Amino acid sequence: MYRYDEFDHTLVNERVHQFRDQVERRLSGELTEDQFKPLRLMNGLYLQLHAYMLRVAVPYGTLSSTQMRKLAYVARRYDKGYGHFTTRQNIQFNWPKLEETPDILADLAEVEMHAIQTSGNCIRNTTSDQFAGAAADEIEDPRVYCEIIRQWSTLHPEFTFLPRKFKIAVTGADHDRAAVRVHDIGLQMCRNEAGEVGFEVVVGGGLGRTPVIGQTIREFLPKQHLLSYLEAILRVYNQLGRRDNLYKARIKILVRSEGIESFRNLVEEEWSHIKESALQLPLDEIARIENYFSPPRYERLDDTVRELEVKRFEDRDFASWVRTNVSTHKQPGYAVATISLKPTGKPPGDASAWQMDAVADLAESYSHSEIRVTHEQNLVLAHVKKADLYALWSGLRDVELATPNAGLLSDMIACPGLDYCNLANARSIPVAQRISERFSDLERQHDIGGLKIKISGCINACGHHHVGHIGLLGVDKKGEEFYQITLGGSADENTAIGKIVGPAFSYDDVVDAVEDIVDTYLEYRSDGEEFSDTFRRVGLAPFKEKLYAAH
Amino acid sequence: MPLIKEGVLAEDSWQALADEDELVEGPIVVTLDRWQSEREALLSRNTPIGVRLKSDQTPALLADDLDRFAVVALEFPKFNDGRAYSYARLLRDRYAFKGEVRAVGNVLRDQFLLMQRCGFDAFEVANEAAAAAWEKAISEISVTYQPGADARRPALALRRNRPAA
Repeated sequence: MYRYDEFDHTLVNERVHQFRDQVERRLSGELTEDQFKPLRLMNGLYLQLHAYMLRVAVPYGTLSSTQMRKLAYVARRYDKGYGHFTTRQNIQFNWPKLEETPDILADLAEVEMHAIQTSGNCIRNTTSDQFAGAAADEIEDPRVYCEIIRQWSTLHPEFTFLPRKFKIAVTGADHDRAAVRVHDIGLQMCRNEAGEVGFEVVVGGGLGRTPVIGQTIREFLPKQHLLSYLEAILRVYNQLGRRDNLYKARIKILVRSEGIESFRNLVEEEWSHIKESALQLPLDEIARIENYFSPPRYERLDDTVRELEVKRFEDRDFASWVRTNVSTHKQPGYAVATISLKPTGKPPGDASAWQMDAVADLAESYSHSEIRVTHEQNLVLAHVKKADLYALWSGLRDVELATPNAGLLSDMIACPGLDYCNLANARSIPVAQRISERFSDLERQHDIGGLKIKISGCINACGHHHVGHIGLLGVDKKGEEFYQITLGGSADENTAIGKIVGPAFSYDDVVDAVEDIVDTYLEYRSDGEEFSDTFRRVGLAPFKEKLYAAH
Repeated sequence: MPLIKEGVLAEDSWQALADEDELVEGPIVVTLDRWQSEREALLSRNTPIGVRLKSDQTPALLADDLDRFAVVALEFPKFNDGRAYSYARLLRDRYAFKGEVRAVGNVLRDQFLLMQRCGFDAFEVANEAAAAAWEKAISEISVTYQPGADARRPALALRRNRPAA
C-alpha cells in the first residue's frame, strides 16, 4: 500500500486546519451557507435531507486495517455506529455534526485519510479494479497509476472549478471490473507492438441522465506521458465544456457534440505543447510508487489444499460461500475473498462499526492487513491463503458478513435514494431489501446464477441502473414512486446501456416485475448462458410479453 | 475596486472602459470587441493598453497581439466558472506573456492560491478585508503536487532532490 511521506502528511494536515477555519467562519456567521457551500463541498461535506453527510475518500478503494479501525471509530464516535460504502469505493457517514467535522478530518488525517475532492466539480477519487495485484489476467497493478493520478489531481489549481465533476477509472486487467468505459476518462492498461506497457485512453463515457459509452481517444499512451495527456484532455474540457446547463456539462456531451475526431485533434494539439514539460513522469518516480504496491511475500504453496476440500465437503454453508465469494488468485495456494455487504433485507453497502473492526482484524490475520472497497459496494480481502479460508469464513459469519451471494441476484447496487438524498424521486434501499427478501432462498439464487440488479432513485443514476442486467430507475408519477425498468446493461469490457422495457411499475408492483423478468430469463436461457447472452439473443419481446400481457 | 498586487493593496493606475465609454487619457483596459474594432486607433495613442476577456473568450484569440498589452484581465462572472484558470495557464506557459494577468469579477479569498498558481498576479476584490486575508490564503496549503505557472516546486521535484536516505 501507499504510505504518506512528509509532503502528503503536511498537505492533509494543512487542509484540516484550513477547513477548521472555514467551519469557524460559518459557525460565527461570517460566512453564509451560500458562501460556505462550495468550501464544504471541496471537503466532501454535503447537506442532505436530514443532516450533513461526510464522504471520506478511499483512494482506489484500498484500505489498511488501521484505516478501517479508524473508520469504525468515526462511525461510533461521531455517527450512529455505521457507515455506508459507495459505488465510488468511498465511505459516507450520514449523521455528522457540522462543528465536529474538523475533528473527524483530523482523526482521519492521523491514518493518512481525508475527504478532499469527494464532491464538487473537480477530479474525484480515481477508482480501480478491486482485484488489483491479485488478478491473474492483469498486466500491471493499476493502483500505481491511480496513486500517481491522485497526487497530480489533488488541489489541482486549474481543474478545481470544472464545468462538472470528473471521474477517472483505471484497470490493468483484460476483464474490466472497474467499468472504465462509463467514466469521464477510462484507462485500460495494454501493450503496444513493441511489448511496452501503456494505456488505451477512453473518454466521454458516463451514466447519469444521458448514458454514453466512452470512445477510444488514443490506442496507446506510453506511461511517462500519462499526466500530460490527462492534463491536455482536462484543459480542453475546462475551456469548452458547457457551463450553461448542469445536465449538459459532463465531458461526454462535449465529446459527442465535437465528435471524437475533432475532440481528439484538440487534445493532441494541446498535448503537443505540454508533452515534454515537467508533467513527464520520470521512470524512477514510477518505480518509487511501484515499490509501495509490490506484492506481499507469498509462501510457496500447492494450489490444491486438502483441508479446504475437506471443509467444503463437511460444511454446506461454507461450500456455498466458497462457490460465490471466493475468486482465483494469480498465486498458487491463495484466493481472493469477497465480503458481501448485501445481507438479506439490509441496505446495500452498510457496515456497522463492529463489523468494520472485525474486518480489520480478519484482514490483519489473513490478508496482509489490506482491504479493498469495490464499486459494487462490497469489501475484498485480496491475498488469503486457501488454507485460511475456513477460519476467515467463520470469523465473518460471527459478525454476519458471510452472506454467500457475491455476484448473485441479491448482490445489488443501490443508491441511498429518497431515504437520504434530496435529489431522489423514489426510494432505492427498501426496493433492494424487498427484492432480496423475495429471492431470499439462496439455492434459487444459485440456480439463477450471476445477475446484476442496479437501482437508482433518480435520473442521476448513482445506482448505475443503465449498466445493470436489470436496471431500476425511480421516477415520480404525480407524487407516487414508480420504477422504470431497463434490461441488458453491462459495465464490463462488453459495456452496454440497458434498454427500457416499457411503462414503469409502481412501488408495490416492482418486485413482481423483477421476478417475472427473472422467470422469463430462466425460461429462455440455453445452457451456460448469462443474462446478457440470453438478452442479446431473444431481445426485449419475451420480457415485454410476460410483464405487460398479464397486467 | 480594491486591487491586490504582490500581496498588498495597490494603487490601480488602469481605467477599465466599457464599449460605450469615451476614450480617456492614461492607461486603459478595453474589451476584446473594442480591441478588434478599434485596434489601429488604440495603438496610435502610444499609451499602455490592456484587454479584458470574458470567460468565453480565450487568449488564443489574441495570440499575435499579446506583446501589445501590459495587462490581460480575465473575468470570473461567478467564482465557480473556472475557464480563466486555463486561460491564465495558456498566457503564461504557451504565450510566455510577461505582463500583468489580472483576475476580475467574482474573485474570492478562497481561490487566491489557485489563481496565483495558474499565473494571476493581480486581483480585483470586493473589499479590503480580502486583502487582509491574502497572506493566509496563499500560505495555508504549502504542498503542491503538480507543476503550475508559479514558482512553487511540486512535491515530485522536492522528493527527487532529497538526499538519499
